[in-house]
Amino acid sequence: MTTLPETTDKKLGLVIDLDTCVGCHACVISCKGWNTENYGAPLSDQDAWGASPSGTFLNRVHSYEIQPEAGAAQLVHFPKSCLHCEDAPCVTVCPTGASYKRAEDGIVLVNESHCIGCGLCAWACPYGAREMDHAEGVMKKCTLCVDRIYNENLPEIDREPVCVRTCPAGARHFGDLGDPDSAVSQLVAERGGVDLMPEQGTKPVNKYLPPRQKDELGTTGMHAPRLDPVIEDAGGFLGWLDKALDRLPGGAGSASDSETR
Amino acid sequence: MHPAPSVIIFTTLSGLGFGLLFWLGLGLPAVTGWTAFAFFAIAFGLAVGGLVASTFHLGHPERALKAFTQWRSSWLSREAVVSVAALCLMGLYALGAVFFAASWTLPGWLGALGALGVVFTTSMIYAQLRTVPRWHTALTPALFLAISLAGGALLAGQVSFALALLPLAGVLQVLWWLRGDGAFAASGTDMASATGLGDIGAVRAFEPPHTGSNYLLREFVHVVGRKHSLRLRGIALGLGYVLPIILLLVPFSHLLGLLAVISHATGIAASRWLFFAEAEHVVGLYYGKR
Ligand code: SF4
Ligand code: SF4
Ligand code: SF4
Repeated sequence: MTTLPETTDKKLGLVIDLDTCVGCHACVISCKGWNTENYGAPLSDQDAWGASPSGTFLNRVHSYEIQPEAGAAQLVHFPKSCLHCEDAPCVTVCPTGASYKRAEDGIVLVNESHCIGCGLCAWACPYGAREMDHAEGVMKKCTLCVDRIYNENLPEIDREPVCVRTCPAGARHFGDLGDPDSAVSQLVAERGGVDLMPEQGTKPVNKYLPPRQKDELGTTGMHAPRLDPVIEDAGGFLGWLDKALDRLPGGAGSASDSETR
Repeated sequence: MHPAPSVIIFTTLSGLGFGLLFWLGLGLPAVTGWTAFAFFAIAFGLAVGGLVASTFHLGHPERALKAFTQWRSSWLSREAVVSVAALCLMGLYALGAVFFAASWTLPGWLGALGALGVVFTTSMIYAQLRTVPRWHTALTPALFLAISLAGGALLAGQVSFALALLPLAGVLQVLWWLRGDGAFAASGTDMASATGLGDIGAVRAFEPPHTGSNYLLREFVHVVGRKHSLRLRGIALGLGYVLPIILLLVPFSHLLGLLAVISHATGIAASRWLFFAEAEHVVGLYYGKR
C-alpha cells in the first residue's frame, strides 16, 4: 500500500559524518557488492569496460568545495543514499504499491515484482536516491541492508548495513533515530546533525553531521612552534642513565668529580 | 527533465482526444450514425493512442494492471482508473449515438466529466512534484485543462467555444511560462540546503561521484536545446493559439478547420516539449547542475 504509515515503531537510518568521511568510496563498492548478490535484481552496469561506462548505484559519494567569506576553501566528501524519509514522496506517488514504507522500522523498500518501471518515484525523490536499473527495468534503492540487519545467519558484528561495516573512517553510523537515547540520536544532538533540503518537506530520517571547524593557520606563526627544552631533572631509569653517562670521563659530571678528588 | 517522446506524444494526443470526448459527451455537436462514428473514431484514436504511447517508457508494461490499485494515494493510479472509466462511459454513449441514433444523457455527461478528470489527473502527476518547481503550481492543471478544452472544441467544430478558450489557454500558457522562469529560485532549494553546508560558505560541486553518466543525469538533467527555448515558445504560441484563432475568424471552410487543428496540435507538442526540456529537477543541484 503506498499510503504512508502514520507512525513507525522505529526510525532506522544512517548518520553520516561529513567531518570524518575521507571520500574513499569504500561504502559505494561494498554497497554495490552486497546488493548485487542479495536483495532483488542485481545492480547492472552498462558498457562497464567501454568508453562511457554507467551503472546502478544505491549510494554515491559526491565532493564539494566550500569557500568561506575569508580563508582557505574546504573540501567535503558527501556520501548520499536513501534517507528513508518519514514523509516519503516517492512512496505516495507509486501507482502499483511496489514502493512502501515499513510500519515496524520505517525502512522504505521497493517490491520489485510489483514495479512497472514507470520511474515516477525517482521523479518525486529530491535526493536522487532511486535509480532505474537499465537491465532489469525496475526501480532500485537503498534497502538499509534489510537483509543484513536482521540476518541471524551473519555473525552479530555484521548485522549492520554493509556501508557502515566497511567504512574505514567510521563516518557512517546506523541506528534508531526515533529513540532519543540511542547512540545515533545522541551523536546527532551533540554534533548538530542536519536534514538535507528540509524545505522539501520529506522529513528525512538520515542525518548529516557538518564538518567541525578547521584549525586556524596563523595562531602559531609561520613556523612550527619551538620544542620545549628537554626535561632537566629526569627520574627513574632514564634519570639514572643520564647521571651514569655524566659520570663517565668527558661527561658533564666528570669534571666536578675530578675537582672533588 | 528528459523530454521523452512517448510522454510528449501521450500528453498531447490524449489531451486532444479527451477534450473532443468532453464536447461529444455534452452533445456538442449532437451527431448520430456515420458522422458520430467518424467523430468517436478520431476521439478514441487520439485518447487511446496517447495512453498506449505512455506505456512505451515503462520498464514492465506487462504489469500495467497493477497501476489501478493505488488510487488512494497516487495520481498516476487515479489517472489510470479515471481514464478507463471515462472511456467505458463514452463507449456506451458512442454505442447509442452510432447504432441507435440516441443521445443517452447520463453516460454522456458522466463521460464528459470523466474526460476532464483524465486531463486533470494527468496534470496533477506533474503539478504534485515539489522536486520540479516549474511544475509545482495550480497553474499546471489549469493550463492542461484549458488546452484540452480548447483543442477539443476545435476538433468538435465548436467555433464560438474555441474562440473563447484558445485565447484563455494562450494567456494561461504565458502566465505559466513567466511564473516558471522564477520558480526554481523561489522554491528555496539550492546548493546550500541540498548539502547542508551553506553555513560554512559558498558551496560548489567539486567532483561528481563517477566519471561516467548515470540514470539521474540522463533523466533529470536535460540541458540540450534549452538555448532554443525562446524561439520554441514563439512557435508554440503562434501555432498553438494565434494561428488557429485567425483561421477560425476567417469565413469557415473544412480545409481551414483542418489546418487550424494541425497547427494547434503542432504548437501544443512544441509547448509540451518545452514543458519537459525546461523543467529543472532539484537533484541536479547535487551535480552542480540545473
Ligand atoms: S530519500 Fe528519496 S527515495 Fe529515500 S525515502 Fe526519501 S524521497 Fe524516498
Ligand atoms: S518505478 Fe516502480 S516503484 Fe517507482 S513508482 Fe513506478 S511502479 Fe512504483
Ligand atoms: S544501507 Fe546498504 S543498501 Fe543502503 S547505502 Fe548502505 S550498503 Fe547500500
